Amino acid sequence: MKYIDEFRQRDLAEMVAGAIAREAQTGRDYHLMEFCGGHTHAIFRYGVQDLMPANVHFVHGPGCPVCVLPVRRLDDAVELAERYQVILCTYGDMMRVPGTKQRSLIRAKADGADIRMVYSTQDALRIARQNPDRQVVFFAIGFETTTPPTAVALVQARREGLSNFSVFCNHVLTPAAIQNILQSPEVRDLGTVRIDGFLGPSHVSSVIGSEPYEFFAEEFQKPVVIAGFEPLDVMQSTLMLIRQVNEGRHEVENEYTRVVSREGNTKAQALVGDVFELRESFEWRGLGSVPYSALRIRADFAEFDAEKRFQLSEKASREVKSCECPAILRGVKKPTDCKLFGTVCTPDNPMGSCMVSSEGACAAYWTYGRFRNQTTADAYQEDVVA
Amino acid sequence: MNAIPPALPPHRHGSIDMTHGGGGRAMTDLIRDLFHRHLGNAHLAEGNDGAVVDLPPGRVVMSTDGHVISPLFFPGGDIGCLAVHGTVNDVAMMGARPLYMSAGFIIEEGFPLADLERIVMSMAAAARDAGVEIVTGDTKVVEQGKGDGIFITTTGIGVVPEGVRLSGDRARPGNAIIVSGTIGDHGVAILSKRENLEFETAISSDTAALNGLVDVMLAAVPGIKVLRDPTRGGLAATLNEIAKQSQVGMVLEERAIPMKRDVAAACELLGLDPLYVANEGKLLAICDAADAQHVLTVMRTHALGRDAAIIGTVVEDTHAMVQMRTNFGGARVVDYLAGEQLPRIC
Repeated sequence: MKYIDEFRQRDLAEMVAGAIAREAQTGRDYHLMEFCGGHTHAIFRYGVQDLMPANVHFVHGPGCPVCVLPVRRLDDAVELAERYQVILCTYGDMMRVPGTKQRSLIRAKADGADIRMVYSTQDALRIARQNPDRQVVFFAIGFETTTPPTAVALVQARREGLSNFSVFCNHVLTPAAIQNILQSPEVRDLGTVRIDGFLGPSHVSSVIGSEPYEFFAEEFQKPVVIAGFEPLDVMQSTLMLIRQVNEGRHEVENEYTRVVSREGNTKAQALVGDVFELRESFEWRGLGSVPYSALRIRADFAEFDAEKRFQLSEKASREVKSCECPAILRGVKKPTDCKLFGTVCTPDNPMGSCMVSSEGACAAYWTYGRFRNQTTADAYQEDVVA
Repeated sequence: MNAIPPALPPHRHGSIDMTHGGGGRAMTDLIRDLFHRHLGNAHLAEGNDGAVVDLPPGRVVMSTDGHVISPLFFPGGDIGCLAVHGTVNDVAMMGARPLYMSAGFIIEEGFPLADLERIVMSMAAAARDAGVEIVTGDTKVVEQGKGDGIFITTTGIGVVPEGVRLSGDRARPGNAIIVSGTIGDHGVAILSKRENLEFETAISSDTAALNGLVDVMLAAVPGIKVLRDPTRGGLAATLNEIAKQSQVGMVLEERAIPMKRDVAAACELLGLDPLYVANEGKLLAICDAADAQHVLTVMRTHALGRDAAIIGTVVEDTHAMVQMRTNFGGARVVDYLAGEQLPRIC
């Protein structure tokens, strides 16, 4: 596969690994936060950690769109499907995320709610066209990557007069989240969370560009390297971060130049600006209430705003007591610090969102952590394999 | 596949209705004109409630499989041949030669008779090719909305030849793990035709009866320990099942696992891991390392084993985990999936 295989080459990986091993100074630890779940996923799927020296640590950030959605918003989605009997269209990742009392969309579906997994907003529009006598709601989640397609859907719905279609908007913004982490007492004052640099978002940056990160790099004196989602991207970016740390630099560098420019996709930005506006505040799982960190649908498109079309009830939404997802999302705790981890909470029976998504830190740890305790791989004889 | 035969008699409705399941004349006509006509054999022709069959000496294997699939017709096959292959393969994976099958149909009111005929013809062809007879069956019709077109349940029986003992609990450290060909073809072919996902691909389902391949393998090395077809849940789920049954670990070598480029590309696009994608015409074999090359050579002489490869080895591991050395040079766990594989957002 062109543009993919090139970034998964073993010999190149070994070369970069060699460079990292040479440049990572002994007696010094490097704590690098990979912001995106996509990076977390690549690190675990390709075994990138195995190629790192022991003093290079990846700190998993909150950039898993499924993980940061608070329970309340999920409960709202369930209410739309159950109480208002809408056809709720959702991306696949959301299906198994537990809401209050472990009620997930997949459970609601089993109990008769009409919940459909879609791959794109276009699928949701098609479902709306095919079911003119039903209300169809698109459960919009995600960072800047998934926002433009939602904007396109809203523009299209208005143009077509698709009056049975609406969007339940939960789009959130990456820069606000990074800033929140950097301003948190754990990072800033207490020093309980050490972050020496950031592997910056890849797909998000293709939309917003690398420019928005320049402020943090300067203000918080942390290097940022925009990193692609392929394993070689992650490794090369790690090397670039280590070099910046060693040299005392704190700049925004772009490893993912084949996609990301400084200004980003201005057409997409303009479209998003036409359709959405900033919310004064939005609740994140883990980060709490973060000012100007999310988008809502502009008044021009109010007729397609599910939050205006349906009266969502006040809820006493609750996460599972003693679920440490919030602290894990901030990098304050590791999944293994959670009492529920691996006992009550497993991917088969998730208590929190971080155990659901393949991008979630708990799911990754559960799999990988168990592996780390094994030594059987060492006993493996390579010559048995043809 | 055969050409569509002449249209059904004109007095027949164009689709299934409740009378076809009512036990009256319409049902009898349907069974005669459609099922007997295509599946015809002496046992069915007797018209009894059950079939009386003769079995050669040996231990008898019996296996059953329900088939629900959307879409019913897909590149490389349809629910009909799939229903035959699935059960033939389950019987064959126990080392048995499949001989007879039953078929139960649950059909939704309104289902086009032409489609039903196409499906039954496909079953007939698949059974003929696999050397099994469908000797008994059942038809039920459910009201519209209470089924998804058609469900088919098949049960097969076969006899295990002397000296063969296959079971999922027989994998031992040091054994070799072999796959008979490229993985993920069936799942990707199905996905490419799903209503909300249609994409252009040249990939066809690999649905096939594996009993012929099993025959040549067991003739060459009767001491093969485990055979299993990695259907739902793909290679990963099947290897995990065997690992748990045998209480052993496994280490796979990613670069040794055969996969078509189109399948890899489609999985990449959809955010799926091909290790978890279904196959319907592949098998996994576990045998002594000393036998592995011989098994492999024999498999490659068979049309369904041309791309066979040794993909890993069985290791000692009280946690019974499946691990994989990645192409990239790292290692990862290949765990069970929790539920269905869900596409990722970004």
